[in-house]
Amino acid sequence: MWEYSDKVREHFFNPRNSGPLEEANGIGDVGSIQCGDALRLMLKVEPETEIIQDAHFQTFGCGSAIASSSALTEMIKGMTLDQALEVSNQNIADYLDGLPPEKMHCSVMGREALQAAIANYRGEEWSDDHEEGALICKCFAIDAVMIEDVVKANNLNTVEEVTFYTKAGGGCAACHEGIEEILAKVMADRAGPGEVSPPPACPATPEAPKPPAKKLSIVEKIKKIEEVLESVRPMLQRDHGDVELADVQGKKIYVHLKGACSGCMMEAATLGGIQQKMIETLGELVQVLPSSHMPAEV
Amino acid sequence: MDPIYLDNNATTRCDPAVVEAMLPFFTEHFGNASSIHAFGSEVGKALKKARGQVQALLGAEHDSEIIFTSCGTESDSTAILSALKAQPDRNTVITTVVEHPAILTLCEWLEKEGYIVHKLKVDKKGRIDIDEYRSLLNDRVAIVSVMWANNETGTIFPVEQMAEMAAAKGIMFHTDAVQAVGKIPIDLKNTKIDMLSLSGHKLHAPKGIGVLYLRRGCRFRPLLRGGHQERGRRAGTENSASIVGLGMACELAMQHMAEENTTVKRLRDKLETGILSQITHCFPTGDVSNRLPNTSNIAFEYIEGEAILLLLNKMGIAGSSGSACTSGSLEPSHVMRAMGIPYTAAHGTIRFSLSRYNTEAEVDRVIEAVPPIIAQLRKLSPYWNDKGPATNPEAAFAPTYA
Repeated sequence: MWEYSDKVREHFFNPRNSGPLEEANGIGDVGSIQCGDALRLMLKVEPETEIIQDAHFQTFGCGSAIASSSALTEMIKGMTLDQALEVSNQNIADYLDGLPPEKMHCSVMGREALQAAIANYRGEEWSDDHEEGALICKCFAIDAVMIEDVVKANNLNTVEEVTFYTKAGGGCAACHEGIEEILAKVMADRAGPGEVSPPPACPATPEAPKPPAKKLSIVEKIKKIEEVLESVRPMLQRDHGDVELADVQGKKIYVHLKGACSGCMMEAATLGGIQQKMIETLGELVQVLPSSHMPAEV
Repeated sequence: MDPIYLDNNATTRCDPAVVEAMLPFFTEHFGNASSIHAFGSEVGKALKKARGQVQALLGAEHDSEIIFTSCGTESDSTAILSALKAQPDRNTVITTVVEHPAILTLCEWLEKEGYIVHKLKVDKKGRIDIDEYRSLLNDRVAIVSVMWANNETGTIFPVEQMAEMAAAKGIMFHTDAVQAVGKIPIDLKNTKIDMLSLSGHKLHAPKGIGVLYLRRGCRFRPLLRGGHQERGRRAGTENSASIVGLGMACELAMQHMAEENTTVKRLRDKLETGILSQITHCFPTGDVSNRLPNTSNIAFEYIEGEAILLLLNKMGIAGSSGSACTSGSLEPSHVMRAMGIPYTAAHGTIRFSLSRYNTEAEVDRVIEAVPPIIAQLRKLSPYWNDKGPATNPEAAFAPTYA
């Protein structure tokens, strides 16, 4: 059975605001194709102020779908429609003290029902703007469509690269076979029809770096290292983290991981990804380590 | 309130007599059966006895036809991979769409490796079409693998007849019988079945022990190579304590076979009738006239199985569901989909699987507990009005699927 928080259990066992809402003037009916759950969200909106006076739900779904629906109705009551539109699926999950990764789509369904209900109230047509695929990485809730898109957009070739770009595969590693299959498929498409099919699976270990044309001076080397760090920064910052160069000692590059990155269970994967890029850019084998590993000052 | 365990197709509790039989093999009888000294030969004798006990339950002709493995999945993999390895000129496997993942996932992988897999379809009651099966038997088929009884619905397949048909064409036949062994009488020496898988923990033995029955004379290639254990057919030091436990469990299963098909069956029927008579818009799935005596799988329309299980669990009742949300993969039950059960019903399937440990009082308590749970959840369902399903439910609620 899933690991549900006490809050999820509580909202499931005692759902708030369930059942039809007679005076509803905004209704959103949405379902999650991933597991077949579906939800009807009913809003009673005060036309003058656009304040949500009441919200009810009816849900065909599992424990976390019912809990997410219940939580959503509690969260949005008293909000204006514009405020309500700011509610993200992460907000719903946070309100419930978290959801198991496999169940995050329940909170997504809640947010979509909210958008649909508001669109219905405003007389607009709501259409879903994202496609959900089969869940591949359960540790970080990354689906097949997302992985395939990223692989295509960035010309990725290895599982390590996929982990670096999407986090998928950076946790328990159980999904590496699935990621390899997506890579093989995209690489086959990339090769195009008529050509011989590429090797079925990507190499599990990075290829040996090509020898550098000439040895870099220490200044050139540090410049290049800074360039690599600059290039990965935006991605880390998106996840509320950051990275900074701490020191270079021979083949060891020490970095400070900051913000959400420090202590994150993805730390090793993040450093692995940065290391891979360093090796490619510098053309030599280097090790990227957290600054905490720096030898103590003598 | 004592909890009520109705999930015996998932796993069973060890019989106390099984535990008692096993305990000395963790302490004084710790020897390796392969050793020549007294420590070893004690264990060797115990393994021989256990082999005989398993042989008796399966009705096998020779005790050497019993190969101990680590689980049902290992037995399944060994059987199918052996058939393909031993007959390199044959590249096809016939199975069914409702097999356990131990077979289906292996077959999906075999397809990727270039083998051909035919999966027999089932009808609304989960029955296969014998004519379709007959038409697929040809000399490219390495092995047929069909479960004896389905884990979700308990539906029994005519494996003895199917094995005869395969044998007539010179094709090996394997059956995954993990749900059937111990619940219905089996007499392998009077069948044409070449291989059979069983799993200890489904019949009150511990987890981590299984058996592959291999008919004498059936060509074989081991999965694990190494030592000479199990006559070189499954290398690795014997799990002696568990083997002894399984032997005892098989002996007990023989003793309780009649009870399984009278007392347990009567309780199952009482439970099912009790639920169906009180609740509208629910129905049993599978072939109810031809199924295991302990299994009842009921589809409750317009609600979802995990929610039902959570509320049952709160009442101390343990069952299982074919709903998408209870599986780690979020896939709805392939068995329910194969039978064409509508989505709104397949989602709300609950399996109750009994054992000889269940009592009349427990069944009465479940019959009482289920109706309010179903009513409570239907009140939350967009497909449901006050008294019954919305008129034309699929039209009344037609969500946008994302």
